[in-house]
Amino acid sequence: MLLIHCPYCDDTLPELEFAYAGEAHIARPSDPSELSDEEWRDFLFIRSNARGVHAERWRHIHGCARYFNALRDTVSDKFLRTYKAGEPRPDTSVQEAVK
Amino acid sequence: MNAHVTPNSPGPVSLTIVPPFARFSLRIAAASVEAASKAFGLELPVKIGQGQAKDGRAAWCLGPDEWLLHAVETETVQIMEAFARFRPETPHSLTLISDREITIAMEGARAAELLSVACPIDLARIHPGMAKRTVFDSAQVVLLRDGPDHFRLEVWRSFFPHVHELLQIANRELASGY
Ligand SMILES: [Zn+2]
Repeated sequence: MLLIHCPYCDDTLPELEFAYAGEAHIARPSDPSELSDEEWRDFLFIRSNARGVHAERWRHIHGCARYFNALRDTVSDKFLRTYKAGEPRPDTSVQEAVK
Repeated sequence: MNAHVTPNSPGPVSLTIVPPFARFSLRIAAASVEAASKAFGLELPVKIGQGQAKDGRAAWCLGPDEWLLHAVETETVQIMEAFARFRPETPHSLTLISDREITIAMEGARAAELLSVACPIDLARIHPGMAKRTVFDSAQVVLLRDGPDHFRLEVWRSFFPHVHELLQIANRELASGY
């Protein structure tokens, strides 16, 4: 079973307490009525579908109930790190260099 | 309840239903927790998982802005009034959830082993006095640890028959030498 670090609980807990919630850092357009159909479609449905490091939302639904973000490698299924909602995506180039 | 469930199943762990008491869910900004501590007459812990108890009242921090409060049932109205008095200055929500859950108390040297049947959380890291919201065989529960061999499991009513029966089956399995 995967163990996931919740940045609010500051604890590493079983995957069963968590729910996946899609790609992170997708801002809702401030005025949707100004968008073309194509732009609105892209906001709703088009995702990066990264092979490798992916920024994604998770919710500690059966714990503290908070949403947070995570960087996970979609190939190895390893979590690189998790961080609180609202924080910028951590720079992974540094971590890549360390490897 | 299912008729075939015996009220006191044999097994090394004693399983009892805790009689009714007052239970609240408190949501308040962490910065305002002092006002809530004053109203409840108990210093609320601020680290998730930590608990505090005094004079029949207890509080556990379940989330960054969420606390579980316990008190004796006859103090329900008194507690609600104490919080209502500071609500105009300090917005918060205090929800009475006494009847939302049923609490199962577990005691015995093999209580942690019994819980591990369906609790994925590392029980060794939940020390006496702590509480965590987690899952028990996919049912959401709040797990309270009162001592090395003493736990309480708060279960929503609709999940209770499943959780309780599973605990009794596992308890019988422990007794049978598994
Ligand atoms: Zn959490």
